[in-house]
Amino acid sequence: MTAFAEPLVLPERRGPASRLSDFFWRHPHLLLTVLLAPPLLWLGIVYLGSLFALLLQSFFSIDDFSGLINYEFTLSTYRQLLSETNLDIILRTVLMAATVTVASAVIAFPIAYYAARYAQGKWKVLFYLGVMLPLWSSYLVKIYAWKLILAKEGILTWIFEKLHLIWLLDGWLSLPVVGGNSLSVSYTGTFIVFVYVWLPFMILPIQAALERVPGNLIEASSDLGGTPAQTFRFVLFPLALPGIVAGSIFTFSLTLGDYIIPQIVGSSRLFIGQAVYAQQGTAGNIPLAAAFTVVPIVIMGAYLFMAKRMGAFDAL
Amino acid sequence: MTTAVLFDNVSRHFGAVRAVDGVNLEIAEGEFFAMLGPSGSGKTTCLRLMAGFEQPTGGHIEIFGETAEGVPPYRRSVNTVFQDYALFPHLSILDNVAYGLMVKGVNREERRKAAEDALAMVKLPGYGTRRPGQLSGGQRQRVALARALVNKPKVLLLDEPLGALDLKLREQMQEELKSLQKSLGITFVFVTHDQGEALSMADRIAVFNDGRIQQLGRPEDVYKQPKTRFVADFVGSSNVLPPKLCQRLGLKTPFASLRPEAIAIAAPADGALSLSGTVSAHSFLGAVNRVVVDVDGARVAVASPAALAVPAVGSPVTISFAANELHPMEDA
Repeated sequence: MTAFAEPLVLPERRGPASRLSDFFWRHPHLLLTVLLAPPLLWLGIVYLGSLFALLLQSFFSIDDFSGLINYEFTLSTYRQLLSETNLDIILRTVLMAATVTVASAVIAFPIAYYAARYAQGKWKVLFYLGVMLPLWSSYLVKIYAWKLILAKEGILTWIFEKLHLIWLLDGWLSLPVVGGNSLSVSYTGTFIVFVYVWLPFMILPIQAALERVPGNLIEASSDLGGTPAQTFRFVLFPLALPGIVAGSIFTFSLTLGDYIIPQIVGSSRLFIGQAVYAQQGTAGNIPLAAAFTVVPIVIMGAYLFMAKRMGAFDAL
Repeated sequence: MTTAVLFDNVSRHFGAVRAVDGVNLEIAEGEFFAMLGPSGSGKTTCLRLMAGFEQPTGGHIEIFGETAEGVPPYRRSVNTVFQDYALFPHLSILDNVAYGLMVKGVNREERRKAAEDALAMVKLPGYGTRRPGQLSGGQRQRVALARALVNKPKVLLLDEPLGALDLKLREQMQEELKSLQKSLGITFVFVTHDQGEALSMADRIAVFNDGRIQQLGRPEDVYKQPKTRFVADFVGSSNVLPPKLCQRLGLKTPFASLRPEAIAIAAPADGALSLSGTVSAHSFLGAVNRVVVDVDGARVAVASPAALAVPAVGSPVTISFAANELHPMEDA
């Protein structure tokens, strides 16, 4: 033993911080409680509480004469929700959300695959910047930019003209449902902007899922005789599925609830988000607005249930 | 005898790195061929060239007489057992084993039967419904083997398949692999950095270093007559006698190899060669004592049977060996 040997138990350091550290070290559960209580309270009361209050509203009704809310339990608001006009709105929104989700997944997969498998060093940085950068700028600015791009006098029409492909654009716009006077007032335009705005939310989870697939699984599939298409179908896609489902939760639910994009770019026919906005604002029909917001919740619940049944989370 | 795999002056360069540099080899059908070398020596790249995961930057490869360049892995009747097994985590063991048959369009009933037979062959009957995550390392290794063999490959490539197993299991698998290879008659090409594994299992060994084959031959020959200093050092632990000692022993070559177990600490018998020096260290290795003798500054290791007494450090000794145990080496 040298003269410099420390005693086995070091003397307590002075100060309340040190005493607090010792206290929490002896009571680890207390530390967890202290750390988790505020966010859980916030989530429980502010977030879930307001959601619950909203759901409650949907079981009230509005008095047609006075415009006042009648606080009695009734299903009449839901009966109103299932009227033909409102069902139209729901169907339109769900179809849009579904097409946007499928298109996002198809576009996102190769980008995510490249980023996960091949991009390294500065290319990986460029990838993250390229995907994230649009998220940092104002959502409204981006949508107005798209309105200009898609307008009749916009750059897209100009490009089609220069390429002598204007007949193609006109042909598309003359189609029923997806067409219209110009791209900026058609469902096609709404669809393009939705895909653009939500694409990063699809790319990132898929990339994260693909990043976890070991490269030698792809080699193993190929070694066993799997063509690239078969390797995609039987190995890559199933293993990327949790990422695709995670991404689609974003694209699907964000499209279901958005009320700004369809208002700026697209036809005048309403989407769920716009209906909620109109009902709780101008119309003052809070119960119906609440009933409308229940729709995406129910749809997402059913979607996740089916995804789980399909084994989308098995590879997690 | 049919040639299973032929490498004619094959190179694989990655930029300035010459992973494989002018390799020539010919593997016969039904042979158990080992590629031995330290990591980065080019042995695994050679295996990947056979599997089709890499394309040569120079030279020519033939597999059973057919040109292999430009043929993708999925059109080669060659299967690989990967180092970390590469089992599909989302599929059951049965589906893993049946994968090769499934992508080739074999019907469900037939491939289930073939996969079950393959699992029985590697002594894992009834494991089909489990997932790879539920198996131990040794079991996964067997599944990987079954998954490759169920396709009846013409050549089976094994990339350090026993590397992740503990010693006991590794020895057991070595025996099983060897007998499996004998009974199936499939050409096995085995990559390893463990010389003991290569020596005990292979019909022939290619010793790799720096992207080149240093020596190719039967295990006994590679072990007893290392051609280069690298081989002498890497395969077992031959003594490499420096020019000074070679000269004294009347050799024309600058270097010679001498195996520790060929040396006795005793006066020479008739016709035997001898050197004298002092004991500089010794250690007990179980069956033998390893005694290091300093002969004029050159350290010569002697494997002395444990039954014999060990001379004390610093004591003068005479070491002797038969003349035919001394193997001249051309190159340092």
